[in-house]
Parts: sequence; structure tokens; C-alpha cells
Amino acid sequence: MTQATTLQNQVTSTFKSLKCKECGEEYELKAAHVCEFCFGPLEVTYDYSTLSQTVTRESIQAGPHSIWRYRSFLPVATDTPIDVGTGMTPLLQAHRLARRLGIEQLYIKNDAVNMPTLSFKDRVVSVALTRARELGFSKVSCASTGNLANSTAAIAARAGLDCCVFIPADLEAGKVMGTLIYGPTVMAVQGNYDQVNRLCSEVANTHGWGFVNINLRPYYSEGSKTLAYEVAEQLGWQLPDHVVVPLASGSLFTKIYKGFQEFAQVGLVDEKPVRFSGAQADGCSPIAQAYRENRDFITPVKPNTIAKSIAIGNPADGVYATEIARKTNGTIESVSDAEIIEGIKLLAETEGIFTETAGGTTIAVLKKLVEAGNIARDERTVVYITGNGLKTQEAVQGYIGEPLTIEPKLDSFERALERSQVLERLEWQPVLV
Amino acid sequence: MAVKVLIPTPLQKLTRDQATLECSASNVTELLDSLEQNCPGIKARICNEQGELRRFVNFYVNNEDIRFLSGTNTPLQDGDEVSIIPAIAGG
Repeated sequence: MTQATTLQNQVTSTFKSLKCKECGEEYELKAAHVCEFCFGPLEVTYDYSTLSQTVTRESIQAGPHSIWRYRSFLPVATDTPIDVGTGMTPLLQAHRLARRLGIEQLYIKNDAVNMPTLSFKDRVVSVALTRARELGFSKVSCASTGNLANSTAAIAARAGLDCCVFIPADLEAGKVMGTLIYGPTVMAVQGNYDQVNRLCSEVANTHGWGFVNINLRPYYSEGSKTLAYEVAEQLGWQLPDHVVVPLASGSLFTKIYKGFQEFAQVGLVDEKPVRFSGAQADGCSPIAQAYRENRDFITPVKPNTIAKSIAIGNPADGVYATEIARKTNGTIESVSDAEIIEGIKLLAETEGIFTETAGGTTIAVLKKLVEAGNIARDERTVVYITGNGLKTQEAVQGYIGEPLTIEPKLDSFERALERSQVLERLEWQPVLV
Repeated sequence: MAVKVLIPTPLQKLTRDQATLECSASNVTELLDSLEQNCPGIKARICNEQGELRRFVNFYVNNEDIRFLSGTNTPLQDGDEVSIIPAIAGG
């Protein structure tokens, strides 16, 4: 017991302060996300020398089968974080998709089956709400494109916290229902995500609620690092050569980068270069545009794409995402809505994973990068699939065919089967028709 | 032109804890100078050494980002509402 207590105390002390990413000003570990001097983003700092002395591969592996096995690298002090089984999702080697694309070493990190609400947001929310509880908040909130609202509402319910979420009014039905069921107050704002976000910044100023992605953002965003840690651990404590990640605000991209760097810094993996490539939809590609034009600032856009979960026209971490893509020799690409639908279908048909539009975007960008020669045949590439297709059914309706309706008779079945085989041949060999 | 300005938490120390201010200005550039006169030091927080808005500050006039309007030349009229919002949020 004594030893356990000592270890826990050491773990607790590993996160030290909030530090401005721009000017370096430091702050105590409170609910704040913006530097008072330059408006730059605040980020959690850690005591890496303590981490490298206390954390080993074995100590991680002895931890829970969830993101909390990496608790020493997360900004919470408690011994009893909110653990709803989030994380440790499958890392699958995608043989069939790789063959279809003409590459050799492709892996899918499948957060379409993350728990409890089937997107990577459960990672960041588990961390944010654990920290919210520590900071004394009894009401939590968020500005969301859908997945975050699902996750905040579900995990708040589990933790017994009051919850009010803000979403754009035009979200997919599955995402609205997947929030309402947990019983939060849902504000459907008549505007796009950037307008929702702005409104929430104003509400956070005045109501004293814990907004996971506003005043709790420094803690919240650290949860995304677990997508780096898990991939490193699942690859046998090695870093990949290349990652392809969807970009909305750019936060996930920067935190996967930070996660790999931290693991190398404390000696859990060997240091090696990892290329970072980002994926956006043409209809909302402010980061891809800044990257192409070699700018160090983001020009906001008004989103118009089926990829609503990543439709952020004014992305907070966009500039940092472009910096990382440049310095790691990666790239940032965008694809059309038609390519996104093809991407969703391609992943489903080759690997049996039904992802949402953000995942379709990422697969379509992967395909584009391979075709452009931007991913070498033998590069060990990890693609991050961050959400589940059952939530965005509208996106693929009309593009995936219909069931063959038959009578409960053998000959009806035989005729339908023959017809389906003809249809399949027509699809594969249109020139012979 | 009397306009209402919403001040974010990080700047409220400079506005004596007031969350809104009334200012007189006919465009955003003038508004910045007017704010500075009322609350010395506030402009240096919002603008960089070259006098341009910092990249992590967003300005809205009647709920529209001024980058979709005419930037700091965006005209202001009596009764307009201006919000200064930290860019870092969401995602």
C-alpha cells in the first residue's frame, strides 16, 4: 500500500502548469484556455524527468484496458478517473485495402468502435469531465458538430453531471438522437459550427459552466494523445512511418504529434521521424488552403460539405497543423463530397468498417496521396478512423444499392440471385454492355 | 457612432471587470483606438507590434467575422454590437 501511495503521488505531480504556446506565459492549473497577454492557446506541461523515471512499458501494460493506462501522461490528479472503457480500440492491418491501393503496410486505428459513443471524442471527454469534477464544476457543456455532443452527454450522465450541449441545427438525425437519449439540455443553434462555437465562448464567459472544448480545452485536448500512445503500443512499442488524420480544428493532429514525441522523450519508444498528413473536405478546407498557399495564418471559410463532423471553417489549431505537416514532410489534402462517399464505401467493402464522413474523407485522402506518390509502397502507414457510419446514414443513402425484395419461394430467390449476378457483372464490366 | 463591445474574460481586468463597454467609433480601427483611450493597455493585448490584430483574436460585428466583411476597415453604425472572441475554442 505504501508503495502504491508513493507512486500515485509521483503520478499526480507530473502535470505542472498551463503554458501559452505562443508567448510562454505560465498559469496555474485552472479552467482557462487562453493566454491573458497574447490570446494564444494554453497547453498542459508535464515533468518529463519524473515520467521517464516512473513509467515503463510494463507499468502501462499492467494498467486498465482503457485510455487510463496512460494516466501519468494525462492532466488529472485523481486516482478514480471516469473510466467508461474508452480507448484501446483495434489497430487492424488493412491487407485488402492496402492491396487495392497498391501499398504494403497499412493499418487502421478504428475509433468507429470506441466506447461509449463510437467516436474518438470519448477519449477527450473522459479526460475533460474527470478534470471538470476536480475543478468543482457541476454543469458541463460543449460546442459540437455531433460526436462531441454524443460523448459529453453520455459520459456526463454516467458521472452524474448536469449537461447542456450546443449543436448546429442542421445535424444528421443520428447525431441529434444520440445526444437527446442521455437527457441533456440540447440547444440547436440556427447557424454553422463556427457560430455555435462563438456563442459558446460568450456563454462560457458568463455562466461558469465547464465547456469541455472552451475553458477546459487544455485538458480535453490532451485526451487525443492516447491515439498516439495506443498506436505506438499496438505496433509493438514502435512509431509508424506515416499517419493520415482528419482535420477539423487541427487539435487531434497536433496532439497525436505531441503523443509520439512524449513517448520518445521518456524512452518508451525509439525516436524516429513520423510523417503527418491531414485530410479535409473540399467544402471546408481552410487548413489545406493555408498549407497549399504556404501561409502561416488561416483564412476562415463558410462550410459546405457532407462531412459535417469536420466542418470547422475557423479552425483553432489550423496554423499548428500546417506547421507539423511541413516539418514532418507530410502534406494536407482535401477531397470532394463524391470522393468522401467513395471513401466510406471503399473502407466498408475492403475492411468491414463502416465509418462516417470524416473517415470517408481520410480514406479518400489516403487514396489520393498514394496515387500522387506521396506514400511510398513500403511506408508503415496508420490511418485514423475517428467516427461511426451509423451516425451519418444520410450521407450514403442512395449510393449503396437496395435489398432485393423477394417472395418466400425458392424460384423467386433463384431469379433474384441471377439478376443480382448480372447486375454485379454489369457493374464490373460496363464496356461489354 | 455608439457601439456596444463585448469583452472576453481575459481582458476584463483591463475594463475594471466590465463585460460590455459602450464606445464611439465609425470603423473597427477607430474602435481599437477608442478602447485604448478608455482602457489603457488593451490595444497591446489585441494587436501585435505592427498594430495588426493578433492571429488568435477574432472580431465580430453583429455576429459576422470581420474577415468576411472589410477587416479592420469594417464600418460601424449606431447600435452595432462588436464581440471580441478568443480564436482558440472548439474542435
